[in-house]
Amino acid sequence: MDFLNALIAFLNFVFVPGLAYGAQLALGALGITLIYGILRFSNFAHGDTMAFGTMVTIYTTWGLQAAGITLGVLPTALLGLPVGIAATAFLTLATDRIIYKFYRKNKALPTVLVMVSMGVMFVLNGIVRLFIGVEEQNFADGERFLISTGDFKAMTGLAEGLAIKSTQAITVIVAVLVVTWLFWFLQKTRTGKSMRAFSDNEELALLSSINPDRVVQMTWIIAAALATIAGVLYGLDKSFKPFTYFQLLLPIFAAAIVGGLGNPLGAIAGGFIIAFSEVTVTYAWTKVLTYVLPESMAPKNLIQLISTDYKLAVSFVILILVLLFMPTGLFKGKSV
Amino acid sequence: MSRSAVLFSALTLLYISTGIIFSWNLALSILIMGLLSSIMALGVNIQLGYAGLFNTGIMGFTALGGLAVVLVSAQPVVAGWNAGGPGILAGLLLGAATLALTIFIWNRMATGRVRILITIIILIIGFILFRTVIDPAIIAVETNDPASYGNLGGLGLPSLLAWPVGGLLAAVAAWAIGKTALGLRSDYLAIATLGIAEIIVAVMRNEDWLARGVKNIDELPRPWPVPYEVVLQKDPSFIDWALRWGFDTVTSSTIIVKLCYVVMFSLVLLPLIWLSERALHSPWGRMMRAIRDNEVAASAMGKNVTKRHLQIFILGSSIVGIAGAMMTSMEGQLIPGAYNPLRFTFLIWVMAIVGGSGNNWGSVLGGLLISWLWLIVESLGPGLMIILTNGIPDGWLKTHLVESAPHMRLLTLGVILLVVLRFSPRGLIPEK
Amino acid sequence: MAEPFLIGEAMTGGYGGADILHDCTISVEKGQIAVIVGPNGAGKSTAMKAMFGMLKLRTGHVRLAGENITALSPQDRVAKGMGFVPQTHNIFTSMTVEENLEMGAFIRRDDFADTLAQVYDLFPILKQKRFQPAGELSGGQRQQVAVGRALMTQPKVLMLDEPTAGISPIIMGELFERIIEIARTGISIMMVEQNARQALDIADKGYVLVQGSNRFTGTGTTLLANPEVRRSFLGG
Repeated sequence: MDFLNALIAFLNFVFVPGLAYGAQLALGALGITLIYGILRFSNFAHGDTMAFGTMVTIYTTWGLQAAGITLGVLPTALLGLPVGIAATAFLTLATDRIIYKFYRKNKALPTVLVMVSMGVMFVLNGIVRLFIGVEEQNFADGERFLISTGDFKAMTGLAEGLAIKSTQAITVIVAVLVVTWLFWFLQKTRTGKSMRAFSDNEELALLSSINPDRVVQMTWIIAAALATIAGVLYGLDKSFKPFTYFQLLLPIFAAAIVGGLGNPLGAIAGGFIIAFSEVTVTYAWTKVLTYVLPESMAPKNLIQLISTDYKLAVSFVILILVLLFMPTGLFKGKSV
Repeated sequence: MSRSAVLFSALTLLYISTGIIFSWNLALSILIMGLLSSIMALGVNIQLGYAGLFNTGIMGFTALGGLAVVLVSAQPVVAGWNAGGPGILAGLLLGAATLALTIFIWNRMATGRVRILITIIILIIGFILFRTVIDPAIIAVETNDPASYGNLGGLGLPSLLAWPVGGLLAAVAAWAIGKTALGLRSDYLAIATLGIAEIIVAVMRNEDWLARGVKNIDELPRPWPVPYEVVLQKDPSFIDWALRWGFDTVTSSTIIVKLCYVVMFSLVLLPLIWLSERALHSPWGRMMRAIRDNEVAASAMGKNVTKRHLQIFILGSSIVGIAGAMMTSMEGQLIPGAYNPLRFTFLIWVMAIVGGSGNNWGSVLGGLLISWLWLIVESLGPGLMIILTNGIPDGWLKTHLVESAPHMRLLTLGVILLVVLRFSPRGLIPEK
Repeated sequence: MAEPFLIGEAMTGGYGGADILHDCTISVEKGQIAVIVGPNGAGKSTAMKAMFGMLKLRTGHVRLAGENITALSPQDRVAKGMGFVPQTHNIFTSMTVEENLEMGAFIRRDDFADTLAQVYDLFPILKQKRFQPAGELSGGQRQQVAVGRALMTQPKVLMLDEPTAGISPIIMGELFERIIEIARTGISIMMVEQNARQALDIADKGYVLVQGSNRFTGTGTTLLANPEVRRSFLGG
């Protein structure tokens, strides 16, 4: 029995990766939930918006690296991020102007808007693949580890090591900053409050002379920023591949729905619920159990509930359970 | 001439000119895929157009159809069966029994903590039993000559039989999905079905015992009566015939094979359309459309909306399943890695919408037209890109652009979908 | 006689289909209370919505302080000094009471702390609950929030669409008290009411509409005294 080592193994393989992944999902889900709350449709193009923002950031990063500019121990991509956000914001504003606005003015059904967002998804998918291809891209540079397993073992003298990748630390820090800012913005500023008012009761917001165009634009800009940040953090932590970003749509939607669509707090909670469930269910617990259980009971083969290949199934099952048993999510979301 | 007659004539002309300008081989290849896609689009149209159901899991049902071909027509792997076949079957039965028991208990017991607790306990025990029974069996099967087998194989029956089985498999899956997800709001259903499809394909990619996963299964037999080109080319009577008409034996053999598929696929498509049209104009079809247009009113009139939706969901999905089986049996191999939602879900959607959702002939038109576009751009895209990038000096950019040409297809299709939704939301042949 | 402060004159129109209003005229003087009553489907709310620009008039026009505002959108009318409290969905349920009031003042770029204080003076309970989500309040309190929100723009005319729908008689009485207080500050009140007797009690002017046309018009007291009005519309 060795609880300390078990705890470290748990932190190393489950908690830390889950935390970083949860933060990435939460940021993605926030974008989905904002768009749903204010523009009132499920945006299927969000995964590809993430991919687009990340792609621009990657190109900027490469450009910076080629010019000899780096951020030292930090990934250069953080410098490229503002460019990515700006480009994506421009893109979302342009799509809104060219495409979504028409349907909004005509009060199109949400299902029509979903189809339209599928069209946008196709286009973005094509653009991203056209520019950067379908292959995996790694663009993380700088220091790889905040603490490596070896350092940790030397420091503590434990048999188990705890590695914290710098990208994981950056993910969590950036996510905390972004979420704090977002909540401050939504709770305290005039524009933020008007967005909440618009999401709460569109008719009354119009009666109060809140400018709907401004609310919509602001929403797209914030959604673009959130999508780009989520995409870049995910790409730094794992890697960038257009198809993976498309597939992220499912866990992100699951996170937003689990938390309650339209509810920002719920999106964050949902992100962590999905991430931790996924990591917990797909992690092989052999190591942790070997430390905790008496030797006679120690597992001999992999104790893994589900293979990592089925991680999408985890989000899916949670999604279905929530939809069946609490359709408005854990935090009361919109029920349109 | 009616609008659809004009459009279909134009389409015929398109295919004929493809044959004349490029090659008949290409034109026929596209036509075959077009017919297959039309059947799939018909399935989508039944769900989307008749009932307004958002099924973004088309890829999953196509893949299930493909799996049916392996299960029906691949040769059984006897050593694999002996090693773990019964174990796997027992495991699967246990899993199904656990789920059935859970649902039974859930429906029978009174609401409350006890019910939740008992359900969870049943699920946990069931899962442990399932894994204990199935895990060793799977390992036994998969370690049996993994380089060439490692799976259970199929029943070794004629490939043609796999078509209805594909439909059946898809129908069963659709029933299970529909039972859980059909009560959901339309965009939730879209997300749920998108997820289901990914999971179905993930299972096919990873469960080697089933269809060898990413190691693929090839040399699946062709459906009767399609001949093999190599056999034709050695057949003296065929060589005689070709010589008499002055055809090249290689080309004419491939064309004959393709013509066989065209005829066979049409023989599936045409009755399906006939049935769909009959259904659409029957009281049942009118009721479906009434439900689609006003769900609340329809259910107020005593129509069981969820039940109708389940019917239509199963029907549409099984049509997609049939098409999926037809495709795999034609290709002679199952490549789980090739199932991509953009190609097998959203492309089919574009076909149904562009053709005119709610109109069966529209789906056929959309299927044939979009397939043509999709495949012609695939074969011509790189050449076109070389011409377009003529001004750019050789270098990585030019190479990159030429290599990326296939991705132009996604872009083009997205634009087409957006343009149709914006300017002609009812499609090329609108619903009557 | 000078023209009333707000008048909808000879209004005819509907929501696209058949006309709902037929040559209907409604007005309110400065600092007075005008009440519109009538049977269900008489076009009471429609008449008021027409004055607020929420439906298009085929003929007739609306004038505010002598200015023709028939062509203005509801938003522009808010800027001109009209406030409107819808019958339902009239608060932001997920936002706090204070945020609801702030949203009411969205159009204002000046410091609205004074107005906020006035609203809190008028409805002291709102001050107590100002950091509570408005959706958690009782029906009567919600109506206070709704009225308070509309007051935040410092309107010259306040239009209320059935403000007492679904609240108890005691609270209704209180709300009417507040409405009288608001009118005393010089704001004109126009309101549609189901509770005709109580509403006419506080009305300076009353309109009885039937099928989109004026049937009776007079001061609240006259109408209450009119036997025909009593018999047909006030239940005896």
